[in-house]
Amino acid sequence: MGSRLSVVNALRGFLPERAILHEEEDTRPYECDGLTAYRQLPMVVALPETEEQVQRILKTCFSLKIPVVPRGAGTGLSGGALPPGDGVLLSMAKFMRPVRVDPVARIAVVQPGVRNAAISELAAPHGLYYAPDPSSQIACTIGGNVAENSGGVHCLKYGLTLHNVLGVRGFTAAGEPITLGGEALDAPGYDLLALAIGSEGMLMVITEVTVKLLPKPQAARVIMASFADVEKAGDAVAKIIAAGIIPAGLEMMDKPATRAVEEFVGAGYDLEAAAILLCESDGSSEEVEDEIARMKAVLEGAGATRMTVSASEAERLRFWSGRKAAFPAVGRISPDYYCMDGTIPRKRLGEVLTFIGELEKKYRLRCPNVFHAGDGNLHPLILFDANDPDELDRTERFAAEVLEKCVAVGGTITGEHGVGVEKINQMCVQFRPDELELFHAVKHAFDPAGLLNPGKAVPTLARCAEHGRMRVHGGKLPHPELPRF
Amino acid sequence: MIELFQERIREAAARGAALRFRGGGSKDFYGNAPRGEVLDTRGYAGIVSYEPTELVVTARCGTPLAELEEALARNFQILPFEPPHFGAATLGGCVAAGLSGPRRAGAGGVRDFVLGTRVIDGRGRDLRFGGAVMKNVAGYDVSRVLAGSLGTLGLIAETSLKVLPRPPCERTLCLEMGETDAIAAMNRWGGQPLPVSATAWHAGRLFVRLSGAEPAVHAAAHRIGGENADQGFWKELKEQTHPFFAGPAPLWRISLPSTATLDLAGEKLIEWGGALRWLKTSASADEVRRAAQHATLFRAGDKSAGAFSPLDAVNARLHKALKAAFDPAGILNPGRLYADF
Repeated sequence: MGSRLSVVNALRGFLPERAILHEEEDTRPYECDGLTAYRQLPMVVALPETEEQVQRILKTCFSLKIPVVPRGAGTGLSGGALPPGDGVLLSMAKFMRPVRVDPVARIAVVQPGVRNAAISELAAPHGLYYAPDPSSQIACTIGGNVAENSGGVHCLKYGLTLHNVLGVRGFTAAGEPITLGGEALDAPGYDLLALAIGSEGMLMVITEVTVKLLPKPQAARVIMASFADVEKAGDAVAKIIAAGIIPAGLEMMDKPATRAVEEFVGAGYDLEAAAILLCESDGSSEEVEDEIARMKAVLEGAGATRMTVSASEAERLRFWSGRKAAFPAVGRISPDYYCMDGTIPRKRLGEVLTFIGELEKKYRLRCPNVFHAGDGNLHPLILFDANDPDELDRTERFAAEVLEKCVAVGGTITGEHGVGVEKINQMCVQFRPDELELFHAVKHAFDPAGLLNPGKAVPTLARCAEHGRMRVHGGKLPHPELPRF
Repeated sequence: MIELFQERIREAAARGAALRFRGGGSKDFYGNAPRGEVLDTRGYAGIVSYEPTELVVTARCGTPLAELEEALARNFQILPFEPPHFGAATLGGCVAAGLSGPRRAGAGGVRDFVLGTRVIDGRGRDLRFGGAVMKNVAGYDVSRVLAGSLGTLGLIAETSLKVLPRPPCERTLCLEMGETDAIAAMNRWGGQPLPVSATAWHAGRLFVRLSGAEPAVHAAAHRIGGENADQGFWKELKEQTHPFFAGPAPLWRISLPSTATLDLAGEKLIEWGGALRWLKTSASADEVRRAAQHATLFRAGDKSAGAFSPLDAVNARLHKALKAAFDPAGILNPGRLYADF
């Protein structure tokens, strides 16, 4: 274990002074990520600019046996980039170079600090784009997306980060260079790339990412459909799929959510509806016309009480603006809110929403729902006031019951936000000891000394035994200006 | 049945005796030569759950792939990665081999559609990873690593797969074209919003399949041109009954960036928008692997050069460490993927 001074001195051997932060006033901005309920001042923050510097930082920490936590833009919602109090927070923020765009092969090679939206901006002159679009895409980085296997509103049709990343390059915890995948579709041996994506920065530090680019669809239109009850809206989603349609986006919001949003952005939502669906079609103009007509027929048959099809790109973006602003809009009507991320089989939606409704009464807290309806990913938002200890406690118990319910109906505690520190106790509910033990063995294969992002994502068996059952902490989001899912 | 598998694996591990998982035996030829006592997986068969509107099917390893695809077809759905059967393939073998068919470039491969698995590891433990939902980031994505692991990490007892609706309209076109022009055309179409679901070039002819809504398919066909061709071509290609695949010459399966040129003598067949090249050549394994990093010796009488391209030192160490984590006794399909584990 190194003291702060010994670590700083070791880093000074190869990093310029501006790349090492160790005074409290400089390290304070790094004390948390998007989950501000958890804070920890890092011992040292390192801001490397070259791959060689990253490698030397890792080798230095490896020899001093101190932990390293990689960080992108810090927009994560599960505390995956919570700093180590006794180690180095490795900020990849300076790795902002777009290395190469190959419009013919439809790939982009970028450094991990490049923002998600910037990749699509780079590709746009070639009629291409990068498909995964987490709603923090204007701020979040591709490195963080790889760490979390981020989703977005279009993943039912276009997949998650995992489906759109071809390769990564970087270093192991010991500082060995490592390349997984590449520019081809297949690579020899085990698919270690699949393991690295979504590993929450625990297996390697990424210094370069190769992503697939897709041709930008010629046209896109969205239907806004109103329903008199939430179950009917859920059934409508199943009927669209049963009709053989995979919409580009398929989102649901309940009345409390649309009301909060409407006041905030004026998206033009039907405020009398118990739930609204946003169903998007994209592709060639022929495809879109055909699909919109088929979806309208299905929605009508499923009992939609009102339908509006976007007539222009401006109107389409306006319909989406409400959905994309759901989190900050909710932030305006409540001092604090707690966002959950469970995924369930869609057919259990009615049951789970009814259950959440009962919990609202039981805990005397409101809980608007926004929902990636197409892929079963729920984001119930519990409204509370963190200054009231009793409300905080009720929120924690409320959230715990919801996540347990997600597991009980055959789903998962996290669809896209990651486990981080936030849901680490619930991992004990979702996985059995043998499975957790195998996760630790995977971690050990990559990082035998356990120095990369220790204590995140996979609980120790001792921790599970100690907690017995899950215990959830409330969280408040920084960057309230960012749209989020 | 699961208990029997567990018992058999525990017993073999205790003896240090190699086990070889086998379903229909349709891919016995694939990878390095299998060795060990056969553990037949066909007794554990059948669909566990299938909800067409959830787009998820969960089935046991011994389920014949044909049976699974029939069940999907009855609901107008497909396995989007269009796996080859090569005979009496089972789901377990399909996932373990990780081979995908013509739709791979556009739709994705086996690993892209694996949502969850139930696996018996080398210690006989019954483990579940992932699940039956579309999005799940709890824990490392072990299920997808099992796809293509050739049974060296565990017996993939059950798999949950994402399925998709069968495209309402499909049409195949054929254009006369040389290799260079064909690769350029495949990449050009790939960059345009066209409903291309498969491409293949062989002996001066470029085949392209369009799949999707009828008006979109016809509009794209008009734009691409060429002659209408038989849809049966894709099955011949996928199942390797096409005449190209006949004959005794070693058959290489080469994975490349879609725009790459492959400078090797021999007969070629190109798929996946240029990203997959089949090559029949008399060139040595060294020559082939110097020209292309990821070259699999797919079918050959002599696989002494190793079926798969060698790994770099760091990857090789990680592979062995993972293998040891799943299978400490080293008894599961040893040598099938790489000679040393």
